[in-house]
Amino acid sequence: MSTIPKGPRPKHLTIGRIGLYCFIIMCALFFLMPLYVMIITSLKDMDEIRAANILNLPKELSFYAWPKAWSQACTGFVCEGLKPGFVNSVKITVPSVIVSVALSALNGYALAFWRFRGAYFFFGLCMFGAFIPYQVMVYPLLKIEDFLGIYSSLPGIILVHTIFGMPILTLIFRNFYASLPIDLFKAARIDGGNFIKIFFYVIIPMSTPITIVAVILQVTGIWNDFLLGLVFAGRDNQPMTVQLNNIVQVDYGVAEYNVDMSATILTSLVPLFVYFISGRWFVRGIAAGAIKG
Amino acid sequence: MPFYRNIAAKIALLPMIVISLTVFVGCIIYSFVYSLTNSKLVPVMNYVGFDQYERLFKQRKWDVAVENIFIYGFVFTIGCLIIGFLLAVLIDQKIRGESLFRTIFLYPYAMSFVVTGLVWKWVLNPTFGLENSMHMWGMTWFELDWLVNRDLAIYAVCIAAVWQGAGFVMVLMLAGLRGIDEDIWKSLSIEGVAKWKSYIFVILPMLRPMVVTAIVLIAAGVVKVYDLILALTSGGPGYATTTPAMYVMENFFSRANLGQAFAASIIMFISVVCILAPWAFYEFYLRNKYANN
Repeated sequence: MSTIPKGPRPKHLTIGRIGLYCFIIMCALFFLMPLYVMIITSLKDMDEIRAANILNLPKELSFYAWPKAWSQACTGFVCEGLKPGFVNSVKITVPSVIVSVALSALNGYALAFWRFRGAYFFFGLCMFGAFIPYQVMVYPLLKIEDFLGIYSSLPGIILVHTIFGMPILTLIFRNFYASLPIDLFKAARIDGGNFIKIFFYVIIPMSTPITIVAVILQVTGIWNDFLLGLVFAGRDNQPMTVQLNNIVQVDYGVAEYNVDMSATILTSLVPLFVYFISGRWFVRGIAAGAIKG
Repeated sequence: MPFYRNIAAKIALLPMIVISLTVFVGCIIYSFVYSLTNSKLVPVMNYVGFDQYERLFKQRKWDVAVENIFIYGFVFTIGCLIIGFLLAVLIDQKIRGESLFRTIFLYPYAMSFVVTGLVWKWVLNPTFGLENSMHMWGMTWFELDWLVNRDLAIYAVCIAAVWQGAGFVMVLMLAGLRGIDEDIWKSLSIEGVAKWKSYIFVILPMLRPMVVTAIVLIAAGVVKVYDLILALTSGGPGYATTTPAMYVMENFFSRANLGQAFAASIIMFISVVCILAPWAFYEFYLRNKYANN
């Protein structure tokens, strides 16, 4: 997708353009407002939060909330903050991303270059799976994992993320490989390459851009997942989003909004970081996942 | 074709085939079969016909859930499309700081639904939130008690969801706008068509594939909505913002009423199929047919 507009930039500011800028800046302020409120609330103390306007900058900075959210905030009777959740999320995300991206790359490669009868039927079935609501599959899948003896464990949740990441990732890998020149593949075949050799020596070295897109898509997707982590990860491996929700939605005691907001920021740091450093790649990922080829 | 031909590709695709059959197809069959039983705490094969469905349609809570998903689906889809298209058009006006604005409009999309829900819960807090800010600025008539108002709480969910998802539509639309041929713009300006008219009556119809893709993706996501509502309203006040997904999860995991949950999840599945089927038919069948002619 080309992102640079064509033609010269208009030189004179007309009334229309001033109106345009005013409007777009107002939109931007609306989109930024929740982020702004999150950050300033996390830097206020509770007295100020109760007394002052939610949109006002803090009168004096208070860093009380951040360490508390990280290591002391309570979920139920356990008061360890978000830190265990962060560790769990890393433990879930890293292997899930590696396994699902590797498997989907292999799938995409087989589908693009080694078509056999019926392959696309199963691929269609798999794509269909991308749209089925999780609620339909959660319970039977739980039974399957229970039968396999991996329910509510780290391998269990990794398997679930691999399953649900597969359709869209396979699609983007297949589309990428299908856009490569077929002659390249033919030449490798004539040179005696087999399925495995061509994959490792020809295809993988060319896959860097699409792999980056896939990794970004999976890292943000898995880090932000709530439902699957809640059901499949088990008590000891609960991801950060689940713990965040538990911390904020406590039924008893005084709600500490500054701690809640720092916890919220901490949970969204990883995807935001991925988003801000990857920028255009993130956009490509969205477009690749959305536009069917 | 002998079976062992292309055997490596068949082995490589085996995980995908097994997953598609057992998880995507198998789980739906499992859910359907057990939705015809009166399973409570554990699945038992005790056939009761369509009893669970009859009971489901008599539940007041299910009615509310269905009504909510229609309101949410309608407002969220329309809101995302209008705002997303508007933002894409604004950004397409050769403005300064284009990439900055794009980053601002898309960053909420990197955040999880849980984080989105919790932030908006704080911003819309009836005591300390935006309502309070407006009162402090002298606008005492201003009311924003949506989260505690039975009739309006679902619209608070819509606002949060549009804030999170509009950037996604913007990206899709912007990709479409940048693909419009420069000659079309030239001929439109020679004809002297006003710019806003050209966008609505000429360009928008040209973007139809983008719009259709966006609608299908958004609508398939609508049916799944769970974490956002859990974080923002927990289905409340009362059960005013409950959704089918929440109804299913509740019956599975806290009310031990498996039969009901299976029946409700099958209804969710059928509604997704109803959204997808016409689009898939058009996208994969009709288009191929015309492309081949």
